[in-house]
Amino acid sequence: MTEPPATTPDPHPVDQPHVHGASVELRSVTKHYEAGERGPGAVNDLSMRVPAGRICVLVGPSGCGKTTTLKMVNRLIEPTSGRILVDDRDIASQDPIALRRGIGYVIQQVGLFPHQTIGQNVAIVPSLLGWETARRVARVDELLELVGLDPARYRDRYPSQLSGGERQRVGVARALAADPPLMLMDEPFGAVDPIVRERLQEELLRLQARMTRTILFVTHDIDEALRLGDLVAVFQAGGVLAQLDTPQAILAAPASEFVARFVGADRGLKRLSLTRVRDLEPSPVPTATVGEPAAAGHARLAVATPGIPAGWLLLVDAAQRPLGWVPSARIPTEGVLGATLAEPTGAILTPWMSLRDALSVMLDAEVVTGVVVDAEGLVQGALTIDRLADTLRA
Amino acid sequence: MTDRPVIDWRWIGSHLDDLWDLTVEHIVLTVIAVGVGFVLSFGLALVILRWRPAYGPITAIAGIMYTIPSLALFALLVPITGLSTLTAEIALVSYTLLILVRTIVIGVDGVPVDAREAADGMGFTSRGRLLRVELPLALPVIVAGLRIATVTTIGLVTVSALIGQGGLGRLINDGLQRGFPTMTITGAVMSVLLAIVADVLFVLTLRRLTPWQHVRRSDP
Repeated sequence: MTEPPATTPDPHPVDQPHVHGASVELRSVTKHYEAGERGPGAVNDLSMRVPAGRICVLVGPSGCGKTTTLKMVNRLIEPTSGRILVDDRDIASQDPIALRRGIGYVIQQVGLFPHQTIGQNVAIVPSLLGWETARRVARVDELLELVGLDPARYRDRYPSQLSGGERQRVGVARALAADPPLMLMDEPFGAVDPIVRERLQEELLRLQARMTRTILFVTHDIDEALRLGDLVAVFQAGGVLAQLDTPQAILAAPASEFVARFVGADRGLKRLSLTRVRDLEPSPVPTATVGEPAAAGHARLAVATPGIPAGWLLLVDAAQRPLGWVPSARIPTEGVLGATLAEPTGAILTPWMSLRDALSVMLDAEVVTGVVVDAEGLVQGALTIDRLADTLRA
Repeated sequence: MTDRPVIDWRWIGSHLDDLWDLTVEHIVLTVIAVGVGFVLSFGLALVILRWRPAYGPITAIAGIMYTIPSLALFALLVPITGLSTLTAEIALVSYTLLILVRTIVIGVDGVPVDAREAADGMGFTSRGRLLRVELPLALPVIVAGLRIATVTTIGLVTVSALIGQGGLGRLINDGLQRGFPTMTITGAVMSVLLAIVADVLFVLTLRRLTPWQHVRRSDP
């Protein structure tokens, strides 16, 4: 039941190994398209700031200007008016070619060059920057390993020989090649199936936890936005920013009717999925170890247990692993507590589980109290459905 | 006049040197025509790729040249440039333009949009993008155009025998005038063989240049 922390990282790491990012600021940026000019959607007087080292997800319905906003940051699209600053420097005064070489760029269709091998694709920006061969080759292997592809197996293959998920990883590796402080990702996981998408999202968060950089990420999927974003910018039609805030704040207090509808009627459940079991202090639970005298069990149940239903004793083994609940009526008046007394606990909650999953486990087991264990499976306490509901009121 | 077989092998055997010289002449005329035609077409295609409104007029002019019968074009040019190699090449080159300009433009247009967008986003200059991304990806279409242009030119070279050029076409012409079918047939057959060899060479070269088109999806 325990999940290794490596695959489910904390999306908001407290101690960051090294912050390596560029802040991005938009000041009254407007993009109108002339009649006959085609583009991904207009933007209207947009001002926002993304601090260095954060993931900001731009989310909204199609045509809301989120892709236009992204492409204005590397000057693939020029704004009609307004200023854009990367690391407090106005990009309008920078050479667009040099600017783009310093910004990682990933698009939905990946855009790997079919005539180049995976290694050559990953090495594109370094070779544009004139890195020498040895450094390029070493960097390619390092990056392929970073995104979970064995360099020896993948380096010399062509894109057509890879699956969709593998190509997306190569796309991310390619964008990371020159170690850019800023990455622009335009629906990078939009073209893969949901299971692969979820894994790629986890890997992105894992990478971000290791090498913090600023990421602007465009998606139309609100769940992806809430999952990945330190900040979420909700766009509405016409290129207007409806709300820019943390996922928790957007779910707790949508700024408008539009945002409330866009995040969905299940936003309570979504908030639960943003918090993990380890973020809550479990309630103390009366426990007894197998082989202890029955009287000890009765004594512990006599003490009040705020936060959990009364009259239930949690039986654990010698190592403090949970065996099951014993109702007070079944505790014998004398003798010792045997393992056979315990009813299976049903709901075991692990630290990395989201509260939404915790709720689901408890509903499945038809219990109101879940036993919280640590990564080794040892009892830490308990959480009730009421406690989960309380977190939404907070 | 004695009864002669259709093919006089003895004549062929005693004229191998002449056959070789005519074949070389045929190849040279073809290579110059396709080479110059390709350089001109490449330039015209670049103009079109930079400035799309030029596409219509350029292909229209190339199309008109393509429709002029080769015999008529030689006749028109002889008063100006004489019975020269130049006359032959002007005509031969002008026939390659339509097919080559169009295949270069179509080939570059056919480059996947996402590859182009990724190239821009990663900071390619427009020249770098053309040389390192668009032309390599357009290569199969461009080579298809070169194959057609080359095979067509090898055939058309024979017609230039009428103005004193012609490579193997001279055999065809002389054979017809002298009523000696061996010459005509030999010229025609060798011209066809030349076209087939050229075509096969293009296919083999393309295969070498585009290894990415011939990989099998190996299991992961």
